[in-house]
Amino acid sequence: MRNQFISSLVDQAKADENIFLLVGDLGYGVVEPFVDLFPERFINLGVAEQNMLSVAAGIASEGARVFVYSIANFPTFRAAEQIRNDVDYHNLPVTIVTVGGGLSYGNLGYSHHAIQDYGLMRLFPNMEILAPGCPQEVKSCMNYIQTSSSPSYLRLAKAGEPVICNESNLAGGQIYLQNDLGESCARLVLTTGNNIRLVLDAVREGGLLNQWNIATLPVWGMKYKDFLRQHLAPYQTIVTVEDHIADGGFGSYVREASDFNQQIDAIHLNSESVGAVGNESYLRELGGVNSQSIIDKLLRHQKSK
Amino acid sequence: MNSIETALNIRRIALEMVHRSKGSHIGSALGIADILAVLYTDVLNLNAYEPNWQERDRFILSKGHACSALYAALALKNYLELDDLHAYGKNGSTLMNHASHKVNGVEFSTGSLGHGLPFAVGKAIFAKRKQLGFQTYVLISDGELNEGSNWEAIMFASHHQLSNLTCILDYNRLQSLTTTAETLNLEPVFDKAKSFGWDVIDIDGHNHHELQNAFLLKCERPKFIICNTVKGKGVSFMENQVAWHYKNPDDSELGQAIKELNGA
Repeated sequence: MRNQFISSLVDQAKADENIFLLVGDLGYGVVEPFVDLFPERFINLGVAEQNMLSVAAGIASEGARVFVYSIANFPTFRAAEQIRNDVDYHNLPVTIVTVGGGLSYGNLGYSHHAIQDYGLMRLFPNMEILAPGCPQEVKSCMNYIQTSSSPSYLRLAKAGEPVICNESNLAGGQIYLQNDLGESCARLVLTTGNNIRLVLDAVREGGLLNQWNIATLPVWGMKYKDFLRQHLAPYQTIVTVEDHIADGGFGSYVREASDFNQQIDAIHLNSESVGAVGNESYLRELGGVNSQSIIDKLLRHQKSK
Repeated sequence: MNSIETALNIRRIALEMVHRSKGSHIGSALGIADILAVLYTDVLNLNAYEPNWQERDRFILSKGHACSALYAALALKNYLELDDLHAYGKNGSTLMNHASHKVNGVEFSTGSLGHGLPFAVGKAIFAKRKQLGFQTYVLISDGELNEGSNWEAIMFASHHQLSNLTCILDYNRLQSLTTTAETLNLEPVFDKAKSFGWDVIDIDGHNHHELQNAFLLKCERPKFIICNTVKGKGVSFMENQVAWHYKNPDDSELGQAIKELNGA
């Protein structure tokens, strides 16, 4: 996903001389294509995230579109007040890009686990959360950013993800069906971020592809709840899947956006995985965001009807 | 109106605004009146009738709680009507009790300390990278330098040789509870700024000639002007008193303050 990000960014920067890329002393092996072509629009702020976000706001306030790039929680939690007061309150076109959303950096330990980031970023009224599920959705998210003047949070996994989705023109709050059973099925598995492959594989493995619609929600955030409510209206039972803890997460967001007569259930990281160390698949297994937990949840909902 | 007259009017107007709104921070506002007067009269390249004029100089009040002085200066320079200031601190008003970007002529909303300088650095580096000629000025407080974010920005500015950036330190040596020396000692601030790679000037922050000369001095590095000031300057019973960071002047105190200013 990060390779798609930089590829899209370079293409955009060729056409728009007001695109800047700021990094927090990270991006080795990733950002070089941008640096080589546009050195005057690249700034390494060093390991100084608070300065990075305020500087980004200052540059954006002059009419530029700014991308801020770091990993895990560094561009978010470390600079939360700068995001809140400088970027979001002034509604500036700053996109905060994090590589390693979720547990992509599992072996590096808790400091590098971005499992509370939705909880923070969805508190900001203007902030658009862009959580693509595959490189195609990254491309679409980058195209979407071009059309938006709002601040945004682009949450990427690392690398090596397969292309799964095929939608192109994204809209906030819009869901994109990856398994479409039409109006006859009122069940939906809804996911965001790097979870769509897991969901598709799990539902297929459980023999449930004819029982559940599956969709991604790549563009969401506080201001899109009403739109999402409209798009979720056809569904009676919605199971969400995220690589994030429950509190402040994607499932709770969908619950807030839904009608009271819809049944919303969330698959999320449980407390077992918080603070644990291991590769991503180990931690997802431990944390309950895995194929079996998805299948079990879906079957439970089918039986309860 | 010259800078001396402007400073006097800033003080009078700020006192009335703060009294009327029952607000705080009058000591801070009085302390920076001279700095703002010189900036807005003799230094900043601005056009009040085109507040977004691309070539304008940028000024950021990072110690946003001193905003009554800024709003007064903006009214005196035609960004606002004097009558607009009656809305200061009122329900639903854009003239909140910190600097607000929703007010004509204000670049950036501040209130939490440590944001204005890094934001100003962003504007300065944009100007440098795009080869634009505008200057960026930011006014910070001494207590504000407790915030680490400033030092990130200070390192960054000198590393990138942002000679189009001026940081003005309102050095009244007081902060919330007591002196800066007793809270978190800033001295030697001159040496600190210099060792971080800035050109540093140390002046009387109420002397208009010294202010003018300092602002107009050409530097190769970012410029750090230490303005030695008195909190509450201009009103004898408010000078150098922590209490006037918080207190609101009552009718009698307002009357006494205006009388002193008129007699100055």
